[in-house]
Amino acid sequence: MGTTNAAPRTPATAPPPTRVTARTGARGFSTISPRETVVRYGLMVLVVFLTIGPFLWQLSTSLKGAAEDVYTRTPSFLPTSPTLEHYVTAFQAVPILDFAGNSVVVAALVVGGNVVGATLAGYALARLRFRGSRLVMAAILFTLLLPGEATLVAQYLTIRQLGLADTLLGVALPGMVGMINVLLMRTAFVAIPKELDEAAIVDGANAFQRFWRIGVPNVKGMIAVITIFAFIGAWDDFLWPLIVLTTPDRFTLTVGLQYLSGVFTNNPRIVAAGTMIAFIPIVAFFAVLQRYFFRGVDEGAIKG
Amino acid sequence: MTADTSHAAPPGGTLRPAPPGRGGGRADRAGRARRAGAAGTAVRTHAWFTPWLLVAPALLFLVVFNLWPSANTVFLAFTNVKVLSGGELVGLANFERMLTDRQLVVALTNSIVFMLLCLPFLLLAPLGLAILVEKKLPGIAFFRTVFYTPVVASAVVVALIWQWLLDDRGVINGLAQTLGVVAEPIPFLTDRWLVLISAASLTIWKGLGYYMVIYLSALGGVPRELHEAAAVDGANAWRRFWSVTVPGVRNTMFLVAVLITVSALRIFSELYILTDGTGGIGGQNVSVVMLIQMYARGFSGNLGYASALSLLLFVITLGPLLLIARINRRS
Repeated sequence: MGTTNAAPRTPATAPPPTRVTARTGARGFSTISPRETVVRYGLMVLVVFLTIGPFLWQLSTSLKGAAEDVYTRTPSFLPTSPTLEHYVTAFQAVPILDFAGNSVVVAALVVGGNVVGATLAGYALARLRFRGSRLVMAAILFTLLLPGEATLVAQYLTIRQLGLADTLLGVALPGMVGMINVLLMRTAFVAIPKELDEAAIVDGANAFQRFWRIGVPNVKGMIAVITIFAFIGAWDDFLWPLIVLTTPDRFTLTVGLQYLSGVFTNNPRIVAAGTMIAFIPIVAFFAVLQRYFFRGVDEGAIKG
Repeated sequence: MTADTSHAAPPGGTLRPAPPGRGGGRADRAGRARRAGAAGTAVRTHAWFTPWLLVAPALLFLVVFNLWPSANTVFLAFTNVKVLSGGELVGLANFERMLTDRQLVVALTNSIVFMLLCLPFLLLAPLGLAILVEKKLPGIAFFRTVFYTPVVASAVVVALIWQWLLDDRGVINGLAQTLGVVAEPIPFLTDRWLVLISAASLTIWKGLGYYMVIYLSALGGVPRELHEAAAVDGANAWRRFWSVTVPGVRNTMFLVAVLITVSALRIFSELYILTDGTGGIGGQNVSVVMLIQMYARGFSGNLGYASALSLLLFVITLGPLLLIARINRRS
C-alpha cells in the first residue's frame, strides 16, 4: 500500500523540493536541517571526547590501585578496583591542603583588588571628565604592550624591597589591579546612556551616588567577567609564585604540584591525584559561573 | 562633593514635586539635564579631586607594579646586580654577552619553532570550532563549557597530564606499540624537536577553547543577511565560509594571529613541566622566558643579565602587538 501510494505522489511533489531547499537554505540560519543537526552534534561529541579524554585518563590513573599495572601496553580505561589511597598519600606526603588554602588566599586577594580597583578607576575614566585622564589612559595602554614576563626580575626586586619575598601577599600584590581590567570596566561604563547620569545630576546626585546607584548596577555582567578572569588567572599562575615563594609551606597549588611531581616521579598515580586536586575546584568554579561568562561573550565583553 | 552638584543644578526637590498636571516637569528636567551635560565646563558635576580619588588605587598599582618595574628593567639591564648584593653599571656588557650566548640562540630557536608549530593550528581550528557551536542548539551551553575547560585548567595541570600521556611507558606509546605502529617508544619528552612538538600539541589543545570564544564573539558580528543573500544566490556552505565568514572575521584572525605569536614567544610552564624544570637534556629545550627565570633564580641570580634578556623579550613581542594597535585604529 505504501508503495502504491508513494508512486503517484512523487511526480506531484517533484517540483516543490527545489523550491523548498532554496527556502530552507535562506531560512537555515534560524532552523537547520536534520542532517546538519546530526552532523553538528556528531562533531561536537567527538570534540568533547578529545577535550575531556586526557582529564578522564588522569582521573582514571589517580584511582588505580597500587597493584594495578599502569604501565601496561594494553591499558584499561576503567580502574579494576578504584581506590582513593593516592589522594590520601598526596595529602600526607605534601601539605596539599595548605597549598590549596594558599591558592584560595591569593585568588581572593586578586579578585577583591581587581573588582574594587578596576571598577572605581573604570568609572572615573569613563564617566567623569578630568585633567590628566588622557595621560592615565595612555599609561594604561602602554602597559598592555608589556609581557608580564619582561618585568619579572624588576617586579621581584620591588617585592623583596617591600619585605614581601616568600609571602602570599607578595604573590598576590602585583596582580591586584590589572590594567586590562580597568579598561574592560571603562568600556562597560562607557556603554551606559549619558541621559541617566544627566537626570541624576539634575536630581542632585553627587559623583559617588551616581557611581553606586547608576554605574555599578549597569556593569554587573562585566564585574562577573573580571571576577572569573582574575580568579582563574590567580589560581593557575605558576611562574610568578615559583619565583616569589621558597618555603614549601607557602607554595600555591601550581608550585606545590610541581614539587609533588618531583617527589613522586616514579608514581604517576599520586601525581595524577595531585593534578585532580588542583583541577577540580577551578572547573567547579567555572561550571557555576559559565552562564555569566558566556553572557559576557555575547555582550561583547571578550574581544581579545 | 554634594555641594558642587547642588550649586550647579537645582536640587531634585524643586523639580520632583511638580504637579502631575503641569506636564512640563519632565521635559523641563530633561532640558536642564541636556544643558548640564553639554556645558561641561560651566556646570561642575563633581569636585576636581573626585576622579583622582577613584583612580587612586589603580594609579598606585600602575606606577608601582607596571611603570616602575619597566623603567627598572631598563636600568638593571645595564648593571650586574645580584639578588643579595647591589651591583654597578657595566655599560653594554650584558648585551655583548647576549651576542655570544649559545644558550640564547637555542632558546630563540625553540621559541620561534614552537610559535610556528602553534600558529596555523590555533589560527584555524578554533574558527571551525566556533562555527560548530555558533548555532544555539539545545545543550550548546554544555558543549561550549566543555570546550573551554582546558583553558580554565592551569598550564601546570595540563602539562602534567600530557607528560603522563606522552611518557615512554604512557598510554600513547603503549597503544602505538600494541598496534605495532612502532617497536620502540617514541621519545616525546626527551628528543629535542619532539619535545617542542609535544609542547605545541598541548598548547594547541589547551588554547582551542580560548580562541574559539574570541571567534564566537566575532561571528556574532557577521550580518546574517549576508549569509542569507549568499544562500539565496546558491552558494553552498563551503563557498559561504570563504566569501562571507572569512572576510567577516578577517580582522579577528589578525588579532588571533598576533595573540598566538606573542603568547607562544612567552612560553614557559609547558616546557618547564614537560622537562621537569631542567630545560631538557643539556638545556636543549629552554625558552627565552625559561632563561630569564634561570638567571633570576636563587640568591646568586644574575639580575642584570636576566633584565637584558627581558628587554629582548619585550622587543620581540612589541612588533606583533603594535600591529594589533594599528588594526584596531583602522577598524
